[in-house]
Amino acid sequence: MAFVLTEEQQMLRDAATDFTADKLPVSALRALRDSGSTDGYDAATWAEMAEMGWSGVLVPESYGGSEFGYVGLGQVLEAQGATLAATPLLQTALIGASALVLAGSEAQKSDLLPNIAAGELKTALAVDEGAHHNPTNIALSATKSGDGWALSGAKTYVLDGSHADVFILAARTSGQAGDTDGLTLFLVPSDAAGLERTPLTTVDAHAAANVSFDNVTVDADAVLGAVNGGWDVLEPILDRARIGLAAEMLGASDAAFKMTKEYLQTRKQFGQLIGSFQSLQHRAAIMFSEIELTRSCIAAALSALDDNANNIAELASLAKARAAETLHLVSNETVQMHGGIGMTDAHDSGLFMKRARVLETIYGGESFHRDRYASLNGF
Amino acid sequence: MSDLDAFRAETRAWLEENCPASMRTPTPVDEQVWGGRDAVYKNPDSKIWLDRMGAKGWTTPEWPKDYGGGGLSKAEAKILQEEMRRIKARIPLLSFGIWMFGPVLLEYGNEAQKQEHIPKIVRGEIRWCQGYSEPGAGSDLAGLQTKCEDKGDHYLINGQKVWTSYANEADWIFCLVRTDSSVKHEGISFILFDMKTKGVETRPILLISGESPFCETFFTDVKVPKENLVGRVGGGWEIAKRLLQYERVNISAMGFGGAGSTPLKDVAKTYIGESDGKLADPDLRARIADHMMYDKAFGLTVKRSQEEAKAGAEVGHTASIFKYAAAKLNQNKSELHIESLGHQALGWEGDGFSDKELRATRNWLRSKGNSIEGGTSEVNLNVIAKRVLGLHDHQ
Repeated sequence: MAFVLTEEQQMLRDAATDFTADKLPVSALRALRDSGSTDGYDAATWAEMAEMGWSGVLVPESYGGSEFGYVGLGQVLEAQGATLAATPLLQTALIGASALVLAGSEAQKSDLLPNIAAGELKTALAVDEGAHHNPTNIALSATKSGDGWALSGAKTYVLDGSHADVFILAARTSGQAGDTDGLTLFLVPSDAAGLERTPLTTVDAHAAANVSFDNVTVDADAVLGAVNGGWDVLEPILDRARIGLAAEMLGASDAAFKMTKEYLQTRKQFGQLIGSFQSLQHRAAIMFSEIELTRSCIAAALSALDDNANNIAELASLAKARAAETLHLVSNETVQMHGGIGMTDAHDSGLFMKRARVLETIYGGESFHRDRYASLNGF
Repeated sequence: MSDLDAFRAETRAWLEENCPASMRTPTPVDEQVWGGRDAVYKNPDSKIWLDRMGAKGWTTPEWPKDYGGGGLSKAEAKILQEEMRRIKARIPLLSFGIWMFGPVLLEYGNEAQKQEHIPKIVRGEIRWCQGYSEPGAGSDLAGLQTKCEDKGDHYLINGQKVWTSYANEADWIFCLVRTDSSVKHEGISFILFDMKTKGVETRPILLISGESPFCETFFTDVKVPKENLVGRVGGGWEIAKRLLQYERVNISAMGFGGAGSTPLKDVAKTYIGESDGKLADPDLRARIADHMMYDKAFGLTVKRSQEEAKAGAEVGHTASIFKYAAAKLNQNKSELHIESLGHQALGWEGDGFSDKELRATRNWLRSKGNSIEGGTSEVNLNVIAKRVLGLHDHQ
């Protein structure tokens, strides 16, 4: 496990921080929201990110990527979290690329990975079907149809679902909702007949959609991994996604805290800087402590992915739960400590809080991961 | 074979040969070794183990050989630690001298002071206590009033200390005294003396836990040789602060909790039971999981801080949160522990309760001091707010 970045990783971190500050500041998200479009990201900026090589950080060199690893990608995710940037980075560069590397056939990899690395293909993981993350509770059915499969059912709150080119779809090929056995992953193009997506206008203005599948047929080679063995791929993919989300949440926590600290150091009441009041000083110090403790969890989790360690599940739940708890606290305190201005739409506090709740909820909130952590620890 | 591999092989062989079998089992509280002139060794192997480790300087692996230390490099010391853990060897000596006083004496003491005191710390011959807090100087430590007058050929000390850990069992004290009452911080000096000196009196303080790990310590016309003052007259505050850094690092590295005790989750399973493989009380289960995650986050942060220090980064930022976080962690753990034990945590002594249950109850009460001693949590938060975050007091 390595907590200190290598020189190359540090350079990537600096480049990503500069890029998001310059090209994807919080004002860019605000403009995206106010445009009324449900695109949920800016295609030209994503093309620049791909140009920088960030869409291919996890893609092997033989497929056109840099194979730079999860610690590296985590730095870019943290940087985009700090400005609440809406990009396909998590769904495509992390989830899409890692899913294919973990379970893709040679044909699937050669077909999709070079396009992911080039920023020309976007993926979206379609897993949940209800109001809460529950990755075994999958009813969307895949039944044999000729040489291939017919897919029927619906997915909710699919991140990037409104613009993705290919869905990584979790379907049930046998067993009951709730079973880990009997799940199968499929790669489904978004233009497949019978696939319908309903873009959602979300609280954080990032892209998401509900996606329905009405007897959508795919060939046998659309299966990612083994038939009925989908859980063995889905769980590692989700853990990668959770760790990536935690990195974004760390960036958001850090940025919201920095903005709040600067406000404490400039806003005056009763003739004093409000940061001189002990009740606010102590709460600021507690936030700082929480952020530092959380930072270590995320560094450890990213590093464990690069090491292919045997405790990834535990570290993923640790990172996601700790990051959620920290961001929840920091985003609420950001609004409170800014006072009236924090309640206005014109100020960024609200954007941080709205984004915070989305990041907290996706792929399992605190209670989901506390429960999982306890189970993984045998109690 | 590299030098380090060779060192590991030698160390392993030496430990195999020299660590008595009974010293490879968890340490019961009444077999802890603190050393000192009046030490009593309930298990004679403890004394053998201490003497062997002390002779090699391995009670203080990285201290210089010139003063009896092990003279090991960081890498070698790490190997020694790993090899000791491998055979579950006990820590041979618990010592404020090792954790707090020795490091600052090596840094600020003169040659004669180092030659006199360091080897005895290494071998556990002298047990030290810390004379810092006073009735009127707790969180505001620099407000201390214990008077130290220059009487030409000696110093004369009058005053009172409080919360002096194990003063009644200590041989010597390192003590903050006031050599000048006209200035605050610059009027403080750092001085050493034998607790057997005429005019020193200790009175144990009974705590809410029913135990007396601390004393009130009184000084009445205590004569101290002039060569016992460390550093310069009026230079004690700098040494005091440095020592507190070691104290806080030590608290954070060790945590407050008793090592080797049964994990909380297992205690809870035993006393509450399971349902479908999960702890039967879902609310407590969630809170224990939350605690375990905080504990893990803390451990990872200590590691990160160490790695960053090695890489040459400024460590103050992460280290400043350790004392605050460690206190919160141990208090939370203690509360969850007695909650898991239910009625069995409500005993004070005698029949009907096991030793472990009674220990948990006492530890819970004792843990309330964690956010008070060594700088209250409120003072820790003040320090983070001011020094790390740059939030300032009223103008």
